[in-house]
Amino acid sequence: MSLLDRVRALLGDDAVEIAGGAGAVPRVAPASPDAVALLLGTAREEGWRVRLEGAGTWLPADAPADLALTTRRLDRVPAVEPQDLSATAEAGIGCDLLRQQLADHGTWLALDPPGLAGRTLGSVVATATAGPLRHGFGAVRDHILGVTFVTGDGRLVQSGGRVVKNVAGYDLTKLEAGGFGAFGVIVLVHLRLRALPRADQTFVLEGTREDLTQLAEDVAAAGLQPAALELMSPALARREGWVLAVRLAGSAALVAAEEAGLRGASGGRFTALRAEEAHGFWMRAAESFATRPITFRTGGLPDSSDELLDLLQHQVGDEWVSASPGVGAIRWAGETTVDRLRRLRRTLAGLEVPLTLERAPWSVRSAVGHFGAYREGVGPLVAGLRRTFDPGEAFVVAVEGSD
Amino acid sequence: MITAGLVEALTGIVGARHVRTAPAERLTYARDGLPTHRRVPAVVVLPGSRDELVAVVRLLAAHDVPFVPRGAGTGLSGGALADGAAVLLVLTRLNRILSLDPANRVAVVEPGVVNVRLSAAAAPHGLYYAPDPSSQTACTIGGNVAENAGGPHCLKYGVTAQHVLALEVVLADGRIAQLGSPGGEPWGPDMVGLFVGSEGNFGIATRIAVRLLPLPRAVRTLLAAFASLRAAGEAVSAVIASGIVPVYAAGYPRDAAAVLLVELDGRSDEAVAAETATVQELLAAHGAASIRVAADQRERERLWQGRKKAFGAMGRLSSDLVVQDAVVPRSALPEVLETIGRIAAAYQLTVSNVFHAGDGNLHPNISFDARVPGLRTRVDAASTAIMEACVAAGGTITGEHGVGLDKLRYMPLIFDAESLSAMRAVRRVWDPEERVNPGKVVPVHACREWVGAAPRAAGPGSAQRTRVGAADPGAAPRASWEDVPA
Repeated sequence: MSLLDRVRALLGDDAVEIAGGAGAVPRVAPASPDAVALLLGTAREEGWRVRLEGAGTWLPADAPADLALTTRRLDRVPAVEPQDLSATAEAGIGCDLLRQQLADHGTWLALDPPGLAGRTLGSVVATATAGPLRHGFGAVRDHILGVTFVTGDGRLVQSGGRVVKNVAGYDLTKLEAGGFGAFGVIVLVHLRLRALPRADQTFVLEGTREDLTQLAEDVAAAGLQPAALELMSPALARREGWVLAVRLAGSAALVAAEEAGLRGASGGRFTALRAEEAHGFWMRAAESFATRPITFRTGGLPDSSDELLDLLQHQVGDEWVSASPGVGAIRWAGETTVDRLRRLRRTLAGLEVPLTLERAPWSVRSAVGHFGAYREGVGPLVAGLRRTFDPGEAFVVAVEGSD
Repeated sequence: MITAGLVEALTGIVGARHVRTAPAERLTYARDGLPTHRRVPAVVVLPGSRDELVAVVRLLAAHDVPFVPRGAGTGLSGGALADGAAVLLVLTRLNRILSLDPANRVAVVEPGVVNVRLSAAAAPHGLYYAPDPSSQTACTIGGNVAENAGGPHCLKYGVTAQHVLALEVVLADGRIAQLGSPGGEPWGPDMVGLFVGSEGNFGIATRIAVRLLPLPRAVRTLLAAFASLRAAGEAVSAVIASGIVPVYAAGYPRDAAAVLLVELDGRSDEAVAAETATVQELLAAHGAASIRVAADQRERERLWQGRKKAFGAMGRLSSDLVVQDAVVPRSALPEVLETIGRIAAAYQLTVSNVFHAGDGNLHPNISFDARVPGLRTRVDAASTAIMEACVAAGGTITGEHGVGLDKLRYMPLIFDAESLSAMRAVRRVWDPEERVNPGKVVPVHACREWVGAAPRAAGPGSAQRTRVGAADPGAAPRASWEDVPA
């Protein structure tokens, strides 16, 4: 029986989205977590190589595989609990649709990932791509209460739970958030929400990178705790110069007090954006990352931000850069070569700073790897975890590079 | 096997004073903060430095001897107990703050540093370490990492996992692994996140880099009285849904009614004052009979005293105490509190509820006199009934105390066999022989075989999971009141 016949027999005709042919890989869209488990259990028996996809807007759909597994039919939101500030959503729901449903309940997921608005939740969690809101609300993992995932050999595993405080058992959720699918396909996510902020204000200031870096330090030193404090390159901010953007979100009283603090720290130099301007500003910056061929993230101690930006400028250019200097995180996008990426990763490793390749064509991904230049003792642990969750190497994920 | 030769070799590493073999000395370490579990370790070793610790771990690996890491022993799950086949490694001498970097708001500490000492050291720089479990004057950061400790501040600022940036760990075989990066960005998969809360099963953290936060400049504390726990629980939900995140919201009973303590903090006095006014309105609208706002530090401390003394007061009710640590969805709190009341009545027991109202973490505590024949069995049955009610409400079995020995038997209530097996398989990546802190966290008999034996697929939509309930005899470990007769 052919692969397609087997899949149709297992999951039904409508699970096959694209039959393949002429060099294309068949795309299979299981409609339930159990169907995902069934498919991967069979893949393990048959030795099929599987690549993972969400909506197809972030990672290029170009990894060599026998079939593509897309989560896009796993798009239900079984629960939104405004009283508990938690929700349960399937991994294939688009972030834009999820955001609307949450807002209908007066709730908010404080994540603003790079990429197009329709990126799936599963993609954001699996790649741990947080945006500027990481300054005030933390990394992707800080918003995840639990996940259900399917291993490469078809086991359905739950970790965490749906309550906001939970230390029962090892926290496998942390492995799935940012595991790039190497340790399982995330099928269901329990989210920690916030109340939709009563006030949400964005302020921008254009200037030189040097001046704005200093100002960001002043803002932090003043004890201000904005939702976002983002230093953006001119191309990314669509301005003449570099831009420092500050987003304040919370109760009206809190935002008013922070705004006064920001005026004090900056000598009143920031310009407030109107609500729709602010929305467009942040959205365009996020979308820009999906328009360049390669994206990576890096991060060191806050006071090393400037040095890291210099290094990026020198080695790979700094046309498309967005940095949260308060937490030391930097995201880069653009075009560069495998050799330059490898060299940059080695240089950064020497400074005890990691480089995570977020998005690139397969030729670059497979050569550079999402991760690499591990610190002492980590490589064997990662290898062991991969064997544990994908014993047949069904998932085509470029965890590490080929160098 | 622990031989005289091994003890001699341990002495050679840490010195005779720091190897305890006399029964009276070992008895000191037979319990943690929970009185209901007791195990006497074969040998107690107190390494004086990271290098001594690593050398000890390597020696134990060479002799294939299990070991249990222990901090101050304030845990509430029996997690830091070692039996007669294991060596207890007490880490309280590894108590140096290695660096404190105010500009980057980062500190690097050894595992034995007492929690409150770090905040004290950071205070002159206007900083503090946010996770503040109630045992913070005694408990160690290493223990906090192992247990993913919470504390009053975690509702607003997050639990230990959100404050640990990087770890140096020594694995069971004595190898070193550097997890995470100094700035907190994961290096590869999030190994720091995976390690935190692994209850000592993945290895021992030898160096811990943590984030420090700026001390709040403004704080307001409110105390509100309600006619019932239900009303207090509903009021808290209303506050949280308003978008104001209190630092803390705790409920505890007083005079057949309920008291709610709420604390707000921030950078600006005006903002905190305005938020306090909003909270006052919300509490009043939800039936608060009276609300007091602390005007100054002294009054604030007075309001806190009732909460801090709640546990002590329960201890005075009777000679023995069972401490529970369930979590339920916040909105289910009122319902669950009433169910617990019914269970207490049915079993004719005194159950006092202290709860972190903000995050649904509740500590139903059962005071009893263990000398009364048959009472322990009754308390045990009531505990299980309470836990089942919390799980049925969508909750979990432990919010901050950890599984340890105490909650092993409840693990199958919330995780199926496949998920428990996955946890065990991950543990074996770090510790293939399961030699570090053996017998804790994952009930091994409730697991199924992992490697190469994935369940056979049955058909579309069929549940492949095998639910292992508490009724499954294979899932019920022996009663764990006393692992060793007292």
